Amino acid sequence: MTAPVIESTAQGLEGRFPGVVTADTRAGYSGYVVSADKLIDVATALRDEMGYDYLSSITGVDYIADGKLEAVYHAYRTSGGAALTLKVQVPRDDPAIPSLVSIYPGADFQEREAYDMYGFKFSGHPNLKRILMWDGFGGYPLRKDWKEAYFEQDLKPFDSRWPGGNFYRSEEKNPFGHNVAYPEGFNLENWAPEKDVILAPELTVSQMAGGVGHLKTDTIVVNLGPQHPSTHGVFRMLVRLDGETIVDLQPVMGYLHRNHEKIGERNTFLQNMPFTDRLDYLCSMSNNLGYALTIEKMMKLKVPERAEYIRVLMVELTRICNHLWAIGFLLNDLGAFFTPALYAIRERELILDFFEATAGSRMMCNYMRFGGVARDLPEKLNDENTMDFLIDLVHNRLPKAFDALHEYLTENEIIKSRCIGVGVLPPQQAIAYSCTGPLLRASNVPYDLRRAEPYSIYDRFDFNVCTRPNGDIYDRYLIRMDEMYESAKICQQVLRDMPKGGDILAGKPQYTVRVPAGESYGRVEGPKGELGYYVVSQGKNNAYRYHIRAPSFINLTILGELCKGHKIADVVVILGSIDIVLGETDR
Amino acid sequence: MTDPMQDLQDPNLPVPDELKSNIVITSIDKIYNWGRRSAIWPMMFGLACCAIEMICTAASRYDLARFGMEVMRPSPRQSDLMIVSGTVTKKMIPVIVRLYNQMPEPKYVMAMGACASGGGPFKEGYNVVSGVDKFIPVDVYVPGCPPTPQALLNGLMKLQEKIDKQSILSVPWYQPGNGDPVPIPLLGPDLIDLRQLPAIRQHAHKEKA
Repeated sequence: MTAPVIESTAQGLEGRFPGVVTADTRAGYSGYVVSADKLIDVATALRDEMGYDYLSSITGVDYIADGKLEAVYHAYRTSGGAALTLKVQVPRDDPAIPSLVSIYPGADFQEREAYDMYGFKFSGHPNLKRILMWDGFGGYPLRKDWKEAYFEQDLKPFDSRWPGGNFYRSEEKNPFGHNVAYPEGFNLENWAPEKDVILAPELTVSQMAGGVGHLKTDTIVVNLGPQHPSTHGVFRMLVRLDGETIVDLQPVMGYLHRNHEKIGERNTFLQNMPFTDRLDYLCSMSNNLGYALTIEKMMKLKVPERAEYIRVLMVELTRICNHLWAIGFLLNDLGAFFTPALYAIRERELILDFFEATAGSRMMCNYMRFGGVARDLPEKLNDENTMDFLIDLVHNRLPKAFDALHEYLTENEIIKSRCIGVGVLPPQQAIAYSCTGPLLRASNVPYDLRRAEPYSIYDRFDFNVCTRPNGDIYDRYLIRMDEMYESAKICQQVLRDMPKGGDILAGKPQYTVRVPAGESYGRVEGPKGELGYYVVSQGKNNAYRYHIRAPSFINLTILGELCKGHKIADVVVILGSIDIVLGETDR
Repeated sequence: MTDPMQDLQDPNLPVPDELKSNIVITSIDKIYNWGRRSAIWPMMFGLACCAIEMICTAASRYDLARFGMEVMRPSPRQSDLMIVSGTVTKKMIPVIVRLYNQMPEPKYVMAMGACASGGGPFKEGYNVVSGVDKFIPVDVYVPGCPPTPQALLNGLMKLQEKIDKQSILSVPWYQPGNGDPVPIPLLGPDLIDLRQLPAIRQHAHKEKA
């Protein structure tokens, strides 16, 4: 399945590279500090000798007090187990690091993001330019000394609002009445707008494609998005075509980049919880859980039994919601406009009803807290027994609905002819490109965090890690079907085993929690893939660094490769089968 | 012979029996507005979280079709209503303004949710425009984060009320001088609103001094 894993402990790393790799000894930190010039050697050894074949996350931290930028890498084995964390420290004024794209192709977008946000110069990166902001944007926004136009104070709560402050609108204090600021010495006369073609110069150059027989043809560039009905939001693709065949595809994103991380480093820890709802806005409960687990790891909180069960119930219901939506809209992309989606949305609404009864909101649940959940499950709502409704839902209604979807869709001739053998992703390539979630499992890699590194109480439940052998669109559709059955199975077990009554929150509810200094990387198997949070605390009420490893974002790294050689009409289907949400992609 | 137009003004004009159930006498404003309010075609254009609730509103449970609005058009050229459903970012606003300019009159804009109305929870973000009304005129604001489908429907009904009150004599799209496009902002070191060029120049001048 994967490259043969030579069992070797990570502790051997220091002995293998004396003087290059040293253990990270800061209190609350773990992993190894690697000197920048030897990073390639260390990463190659990690992948080839120690079996860390899967690079989960790359991000940066700005330790401005030490004058250093730190790049943080989290690598895993797809056979399971804990993370190996590497850190590379470079001076802030010359942050040059060798790029890992040649070893882990999945590093591509993540390195571009780190460059965009921190200004890391990844030497050897094939296409190092901004990814979330636009070319020509002034500054590296996640650096601690970079201030935005509406900057008020470093940390929340702001004095102007709390306690008894005079609230004002930020527009009043800005000379333009807008959320804009221009760099010092900005001269409008000498400035020319960056042309759109700069986004992909290699795409716009007209090249002779060869053509058929004596006919010589040009390739053309087609722009899809950001306003396009099939890009699942404000996503943009530049496609170079030879006839109808795709020669090259470049995703362009950032149209929904709403600065989660910058805002998250100003918020108190708990204030970030509602923001996580808006990451992958179809799956707010999973996002809540990932963040809560990360902070609980640092605070060493023990979650009460009942709360654990409630969490699993909510997260698995969310998975069903997400997969229903993904399948419905995959069919939309295939041309079955809206009718299959209507069937899927009808069932999703029932789950949302339960979320609304429990958390108070349909989509943005803001339900989990550090050490538990915010509210207990409702017994009754409008004279209707909510729990009876839920039991009927997971035992009867939902499995029947999945059966119905199977019956309508799975053997459909058009679906089969459009999906089978299209967008095939081989397992080795899937791992190398850091693909996660249903995308990875449809390529026959049985990697599910609920089994590979169990969190919460997933080790108690009986469920299968579904895989499919072919890695094409059809398998990605089927794997979502399989996973919905498994999720319903877990929900049934939760309802059977959940303790009646008991605490739902460890300790008293608190508005501000103080998190011990240190770092933490928490990850959960979100419906779209591995959702990770990297949080650095300096012992205050606010996170020093708050990074989200977004599955939608990293799964897109493979999109260009998947589409090459297929027809233009297949692009939207391949994109639909990856299942992205732009709130999470762009953050 | 009497003037036929004169006869039509007469409320006691005899209507032949066979036409009695086929003729409706109304004012041009009423029929014009009734036609427009009952067939508002929104643009199929989702930005963020609110778009999911917009899709749910169009789905069977809330059924936008009851209001004649289920025909979502992917092209701005065929749309009457732009539902700005989500956070408007600086990178996206040039596209939104361009889409707005491409919509034919009569056109309406709805700011759905807190972000589109004023920046919402992301207002302080460096890539976030604090409300789409900084660039294009908004007819209806729908509060919520995201607004529930019921709230969106209520907003759409408010828009219908607004249409009902319009008169063909005073609607802006028949007035002279109407139809100038909104200048499309540029992406420089920060977002450049072309209507603010003098202020930006003046500010740069101050910085130099």
